[in-house]
Amino acid sequence: MSAVIDHHHADHAHGPAKGLMRWVLTTNHKDIGSMYLWFSFIMFLAGGSMAMVIRAELFQPGLQLVQPEFFNQMTTTHGLIMVFGAVMPAFVGLANWMIPLMVGAPDMALPRMNNFSFWLLPMAFGLLLSTLFMEGGGPNFGWTFYAPLSTTYAPPSVTFFIFAIHLAGISSIMGAINIIATILNLRAPGMTLMKMPLFVWTWLITAFLLIAVMPVLAGVVTMMLMDIHFGTSFFNAAGGGDPVMFQHIFWFFGHPEVYIMILPAFGAVSQIIPTFSRKPLFGYTSMVYATAAIAFLSFIVWAHHMFTVGIPITGELFFMYATMLIAVPTGVKVFNWVSTMFRGALTFETPMLFAIAFVILFTIGGFSGLMLAIAPADFQYHDTYFVVAHFHYVLVPGAIFGIFASAYYWLPKWTGHMYDETLGKTHFWMSFIGMNLAFFPMHFVGLAGMPRRIPDYNIMFANFNMVSSIGAFMFGATQLLFLFIVIKCIKGGPKAAANPWEGAEGLEWTVPSPAPYHTFTTPPEVK
Amino acid sequence: MLRSAMTWLVGLSLSVAGFAVSAEWGVNMRPGVTEVSKSVFDLHMAIFWICVVIGVIVFGVMFWSMLMHRKSEHSKPATFHENLTVEILWTVIPLVILIVMAVPATKTLIEMYDADESDVDILVTGYQWRWQYKYVGEGVSYFSSLTTPRDEINNISPKNPNYLLEVDNPLVVPIGKKIRFLITSADVIHSWWVPAFAVKKDAIPGFVNESWTRIDEPGIYRGQCTELCGKDHGFMPIVVEAKTQEDYDAWLAEQKEAAAKEAELREKDWTLEELVARGEKVYNSACASCHQPTGEGIPPMFPALKGSDIVLNDVQEHINTVVNGRSGTAMAAFGKQLSEVDAAAVITYERNAWGNDTGEVVSPLDILNFKDGQ
Repeated sequence: MSAVIDHHHADHAHGPAKGLMRWVLTTNHKDIGSMYLWFSFIMFLAGGSMAMVIRAELFQPGLQLVQPEFFNQMTTTHGLIMVFGAVMPAFVGLANWMIPLMVGAPDMALPRMNNFSFWLLPMAFGLLLSTLFMEGGGPNFGWTFYAPLSTTYAPPSVTFFIFAIHLAGISSIMGAINIIATILNLRAPGMTLMKMPLFVWTWLITAFLLIAVMPVLAGVVTMMLMDIHFGTSFFNAAGGGDPVMFQHIFWFFGHPEVYIMILPAFGAVSQIIPTFSRKPLFGYTSMVYATAAIAFLSFIVWAHHMFTVGIPITGELFFMYATMLIAVPTGVKVFNWVSTMFRGALTFETPMLFAIAFVILFTIGGFSGLMLAIAPADFQYHDTYFVVAHFHYVLVPGAIFGIFASAYYWLPKWTGHMYDETLGKTHFWMSFIGMNLAFFPMHFVGLAGMPRRIPDYNIMFANFNMVSSIGAFMFGATQLLFLFIVIKCIKGGPKAAANPWEGAEGLEWTVPSPAPYHTFTTPPEVK
Repeated sequence: MLRSAMTWLVGLSLSVAGFAVSAEWGVNMRPGVTEVSKSVFDLHMAIFWICVVIGVIVFGVMFWSMLMHRKSEHSKPATFHENLTVEILWTVIPLVILIVMAVPATKTLIEMYDADESDVDILVTGYQWRWQYKYVGEGVSYFSSLTTPRDEINNISPKNPNYLLEVDNPLVVPIGKKIRFLITSADVIHSWWVPAFAVKKDAIPGFVNESWTRIDEPGIYRGQCTELCGKDHGFMPIVVEAKTQEDYDAWLAEQKEAAAKEAELREKDWTLEELVARGEKVYNSACASCHQPTGEGIPPMFPALKGSDIVLNDVQEHINTVVNGRSGTAMAAFGKQLSEVDAAAVITYERNAWGNDTGEVVSPLDILNFKDGQ
């Protein structure tokens, strides 16, 4: 009897509303997930264009295209947009789409808040980008906005920057609350915590990191606001304040932040590698513990960004040892991925190519990270292009390749069509070559002594800078191909089965492709 | 716009042509010229080779799997998915490697932090965008600013080998002596870096940081500011000249003599022409990066001096702005940076350049009286 009533109910389920208001008012996790992903891609192109300006200016020594004041605005907004506008929203988009499907929930736990947390983002970044057109220009103090350069010496638009950060922060906190509430409350019967897919696990941990550190960021920008407009001297030495305190607070946020940008990618790759190896993930339990260990360590290593500010030797040693320790759980993860591939039956579809490149190149970024952890050596690396190479190796083939891998992996589920495999592989190889050409030579110029954030440099750095720029242009142009591939896949292509991948497992593959507007209105049973 | 696009294109073709012949393909850190910089280099190479070995093993297994365990070669996947022994092994082994690495790193770090018992103390102060060096207890102090001509930066004339790494007054130090740097800043955070010494320390307003070096060989060593400090962050290099003790002593004596002469200049009767000529030099080294060589500034951050009301009319306010700066803006207080003569010269210059034809002379005594009156 009850089965009949359920069926009757399903017939009257709402489809999406028509027109523009569907997107403004939607509370559907799939709609919101799509909007997050599109938004982040637009930001990726915006931040990428700024990177192109930077690389064009650095193509050769001398000032050619832009003046130093504009160059500084480009490096600053490039960083801010990529971190807060591209990478973070992309992962929230993936979480919105996939977490309910992976845990067997009908939607996110707090759908209206979900809508609000998305719509704050266009406001935040509209505000941030508008500063570029204001008198005095946009933020020009680096994405780390160290005081007093960002307070006493900042352009007038800094106030708008502060509010943009506040809005993006509120959005992130609400997104994180929503993800935690969904994972802890809406799992299908039988799905215990240790049965959750790894992507869900890494996002659960990431969400706790977000809740812990975004308020700290809000605090530090509020202190800046007070210093600028209300006569306080938190960071003004002349008024008894402490510019180094800014850095402590910033990096207490900033270091967990870098794990916020990478842990969900760890999760996604841990879904993809087993699928295309046709072999279960090696060491599931140790993967979960390693992620938790990395998250914990991320709170006690912040001052490794500040080895040169003159902290006492005991502090220096503590932060050096703690930072070196991160290599242990990170190593465990890499070894587990490699063991998953070992003696599998591997195929190399686009998601797998991105996932393998992720493991290799992220590991290279990890190696340079380990080198940077050695405090005496860091005195030579700090604030040079070696650091730029390091964090682009963990963020581009780390976070961004993780996002590309996820997008190709789940596109058939989202659109109901297979993407064009040849174009996908082209996108991969062009990105792979372009990215390595762009960022590998940065290790060399950094070690040879080129500081970061400079618009012009000595001729001894010229050759590798030119190689970097060529690679960057190649990487940048290739991303338009990705846009084309996604649009082509939405418009048509071979029909995707419910489970288009031979080795894929998980609840998301039990619903049809494309996933219906409402899924799991009746929770599935997990054995 | 079109012109800059053209120069860019020309430069592009030139540099593509020069690409093959220029020899600069340096890929590694250099060991430097001090004991500390050499141990830092050794640490760098040790951790690098550890990473290489781990990389070869991990990537070796990966590539082996990618080649031998592809579906076409190895169609039946294994099903194993955990093994406590290997998990423990690959937790413990990296831990041991890290401990082995931490020992020499700690030793070097402790050595680098020991700045006691120095022979020469030098106070290094960062300013937007130049360095000031003050020989503690010697009464010698001066600024060190970039000398690369604008034409080289703007691609009008060819770039010399020390492009952007050349200054008017290098820091001069003796070899074989323990030199302690006391590093601070007058405005935003800078960072003082000389790669050949492995010395990099942030210059932070309100803090005095310590670092030290002992240089083995005479020579000229170059570095740059490494903390983003605003517009001309890329244009405040560091040049250190290490001399033998005799040469250093001679240089120091010369500096002291020059400082004494400078003090006498204060009493001299200056003409408008003399002040303007001296003021132009001061202006170009201290003011032009913000207010521009044309006096037009970059409003609103850096206001124009050309046609400015204060510059044309209010002498006292003009002196006040230069001497005390403007709090809450980028205008620094130059009262301690410039001698009375230089302050008078630059103010006179500003009141008589770019069509600001006041014909007024501000003398060193005016500055002195202003400072006394405060």
